[in-house]
Formats: sequence, C-alpha cells, structure tokens
Amino acid sequence: MQVNETFIQTENDNKQNGAVVVEMEHLRKSFGNNHVLRDINLVIRKGETLAILGQSGTGKSVLIKCIVGLVEIDDGKLFILGQNISGLKYSEMIEIQKKIGFLFQSGALYDSMSVRENLEFPLRRQIRSIPKEKIESLVKEALQDVGLVEAIDKAPSELSGGMRKRLGLARTLILKPEIMLYDEPTTGLDPITSKEISKLILEVQRKYDTTSIIITHDIECVKLTADRIIVLKNGICAAEGTYNELEKSADPWIRSFFQ
Amino acid sequence: MDKINLHQSYNENQETEIIIEESPEIVPDSVFTKFFLEVSSLTSFTLHFFKEVVKPPYEFNELMKQSFLIGYKTLPLVAITGFIIGLVLTIQSRPTLAKFGAESLLPAMVAVSIIREIGPVITALIFAGKVGSGIGAELASMNVSEQIDAMQVSDTNPFHYLVVTRIVSATLMLPLLVILAYCLGLVGSFIGVNIKGNVGAHLFFSQIFQSLEFYDLIPAVIKTFFFGFAIGLIGCYKGYNSNKGTEGVGKAANSAVVFSSLMIFIIDMIAVQITSLFQS
Repeated sequence: MQVNETFIQTENDNKQNGAVVVEMEHLRKSFGNNHVLRDINLVIRKGETLAILGQSGTGKSVLIKCIVGLVEIDDGKLFILGQNISGLKYSEMIEIQKKIGFLFQSGALYDSMSVRENLEFPLRRQIRSIPKEKIESLVKEALQDVGLVEAIDKAPSELSGGMRKRLGLARTLILKPEIMLYDEPTTGLDPITSKEISKLILEVQRKYDTTSIIITHDIECVKLTADRIIVLKNGICAAEGTYNELEKSADPWIRSFFQ
Repeated sequence: MDKINLHQSYNENQETEIIIEESPEIVPDSVFTKFFLEVSSLTSFTLHFFKEVVKPPYEFNELMKQSFLIGYKTLPLVAITGFIIGLVLTIQSRPTLAKFGAESLLPAMVAVSIIREIGPVITALIFAGKVGSGIGAELASMNVSEQIDAMQVSDTNPFHYLVVTRIVSATLMLPLLVILAYCLGLVGSFIGVNIKGNVGAHLFFSQIFQSLEFYDLIPAVIKTFFFGFAIGLIGCYKGYNSNKGTEGVGKAANSAVVFSSLMIFIIDMIAVQITSLFQS
C-alpha cells in the first residue's frame, strides 16, 4: 500500500514538473461579435490529464479546436510542444497535427468506410509508404486496445453509440499521438458505457503516456481521469484546481458542477 | 490551493477589465447583399478549386471511386431517360411534320434536336438532380458529423480529397453519359418511327448522319463538360459550406439542385450564342 502511494506521489511529481506541452498566453477568439475566448492563460505538462468544465457555449470545444488548428486564434500566444502555432505554414501545422489526436463528440467516423478502412485511412494518409502487413497489425492492435476486434468488418452505422466512441478513439490512437484531445467523450452514453469510456481514457493515458485534455459535463469521468480541472466562464478561466479542491470551492457556482 | 484561490476571486468586475474591440460585421440584410456575398464566396471557392486541382498529391483512387459512383451509378437513369426522350419526341413530332408532308425529315429533325439541345440539357438536369443533390447532401452531412474536421486532423486536405475529386469526376462523367443518352435517344427514335411506319435501320441512321454536321455534335459535347463542372462545383460548394445541423443537409441538397439547374440554362444560353457566332 505504501509502495503504491509512493508510486502515485512520484507520478504526480513528474506531471507537475514535466515539460510544458501546451501553453496559452492571453488567448482570444471571437466569431463576429461573439467573444468566445476572452483571455485564456493555461499551461499543460507532459503526462497530465486536464479536464475542462463549463456551461454550454463557453468555448470549451473552441479551445481544443484552437490547439489542433481547426480554429485559428485571433490574439495571444499558443505554444504546442514548444512551437508557437500562430503564423505557422500549412505544412508546419500538419507536422504539429500529427502529434495530436482528437476524439470528436460524434466520433466523426467516415460513414462510407468500414471499421477497418476508418482505421487504415489516417495511417495511409500520414505514412504513405507503409506496408500492408504493418497496417494490418496496427489496426488489430488499435482495435484490441478498445475491445472492438470483432467489429473489424462492420460499417459504422451498425455500431452502437459506445462502440462508435471506442472506434473513434482507436482511430486516433493508431497514430500514437503525444497529446489527446477529447471532446465530450461520454455525451449521449448510458452511465455504464460512460464509465467504460472513462476507464478506457485512463488506460490509454497510462499505456501511451499521453497528455490529455478532456471536455466533459460528466463529473464521474472527471473524477476518474483528471489530474487537474479548469472551469471556463465567459471566455476566461474561472477556477482551477484538483477535483477535491474544486468540489469544496467557496463559490457555489463552481460547486454546482460537482453535485 | 494558491491557484484555486486566485481563480475563485473571479467576479463580474474582471469581465469589464478585458477590452474587446468590436469588429464591424457585414450583415446580409438585403437580397442584393446576399446575392453578391454568395457570388463572391462561390468565386473564391472556384479559384481555390483551380489552385488545388494542380497540386499534388493526386487522389487517383478517390477520383476512380467517385467516377464510378457518379458515372456508373447514374447510367441506368440516363439511359432510360435518353431512350424515352427519343421515342416521345418522334411520336409527338410526326403529326406536325405529316401536315406539311415532311414526314421523311423526321429522323433528321429528331437527331438534330436530341444532339444539339435536348440530350445535353435533359441529361444535365437529371445529373444535377441525382449527382448534384447527392454531393451536396453527402458533404453537408460530413460537415455536420465533423468528418471533414476529422479528415483535416488526419493529415488530409479535405478540399483536395473531397471537393477536387468530385468536381473532376462530375466534369468527366457527364459528357460520357450524354453520349450514351444520344445513342439511346436515337434508338428510341428509331422505334418511334417504326410504330406507325416501316423504316429500315440502315435508312434511318444514314438519314441521321447525312443531316448532322461537325457544328451539331462538337459544341454540344463541349458544353457538357461545363455543365458537369458547374454541377460538381455547386454541389460541393453548397455541401462544404452548409450550416451545421441536420436542416443544413436538406438545404444544401435542395439548393445544389436549384442552382445547378439554373447554371445549366445560363451556360447553355452562352454556349448557343458562342456556337452561333462560329456558324455565322
């Protein structure tokens, strides 16, 4: 028991002192007159799992889309793996994107492709000269990680909501990203499947030592996976801390997320 | 705990400290503003297409797949329509020509009508209804379900992979379908002629080939490349730029057909003017 506690303590120390993977300084993003992100300052270190909470429409998804380059920032600085991404060329941004995995809220599976083709697609795009055998073994490994080997030849339309999420995760993991971004991974799932997905996120984090950012409204998922939590309100970081810290917050609005 | 205390001091006053410059926004308030914004957006989309089409990597596999879906899957519809047009046009024209004692001109008249105008335009309209709406709905639903975003983060340029291949396929497939419609239209006409008469295949087709000239066939086929391009372009434009939400999918499919059909008539009008200049 003592050994285990020591191990967890060491792991937490590593996360606190690890290299900075994502850094935001006075980040702003607006859509017309809708100022979604007003002044975000954030540092995420290697191996850390950060959960982002906030009401709908507070810019949580926009924030992670800025990280992956799907949304361009208006102002401020955004460093990914030490590189300031504003002003990067398309080819340079692609190199950064290769190190980032993104699990979309809907799974974003390609409906016109089978499960196997969904997994093969990112591999063939990123590594053009990859041999067929290598693709096959990577596809099987990714499906084993998420427990979906039996669904390899099915179409996405034949899968349940939880299976679609797991397949989306497998498609992301197949490229072994350094940073994983999860956009509401448990939304629309029943409590049991939600817990399975949360456990899967934890397993992935441990197996691949990824840095993870999770956007969710599922407090059980936060409790299980997050090392640190930030709460967004009106486009800024309203609170930051661990689950235990924020749960006992003096602010009733912040406490309301944990009830 | 320091961090938590720092952030918990957040209050409404903090919001007022952040100064955001209000950016002027163009609000499309009138029909004309909307129209010009749409034209400007479509022009920029078209220029983007020409920039991307020459840029490697060339997506041959996807191009082949799209050509199969766009061309081969539309083949039965075009074939049936072409055949019926030839048959109906012949049956409908016969009484009028008979009044003037010009029944013998029936094969030539039907052939010129089908090849110059009816074949390309009707086939293009059917193509717009099937392929244009299909492309619009497919890309719009990919947009809604974040598949286009997923493609972008998978080291794939979605415009290059989805838009360029579909537009090129539509441009190349429509002329082939129109040629097929010509052939079946003439077969339909031959059957139409023989419903109330007795004309041999050799006589029928030799009359057709005698009446056709270079200026009948070539410009008609050339304009179908433009029809195909317009249908592919508008379908992709409407789907790729659709509003998020399921309503956007329906709207994209619908407006793809409406605008493509309109463009077919506009292109046809321009093509006829240009052809007549050369003929004169």
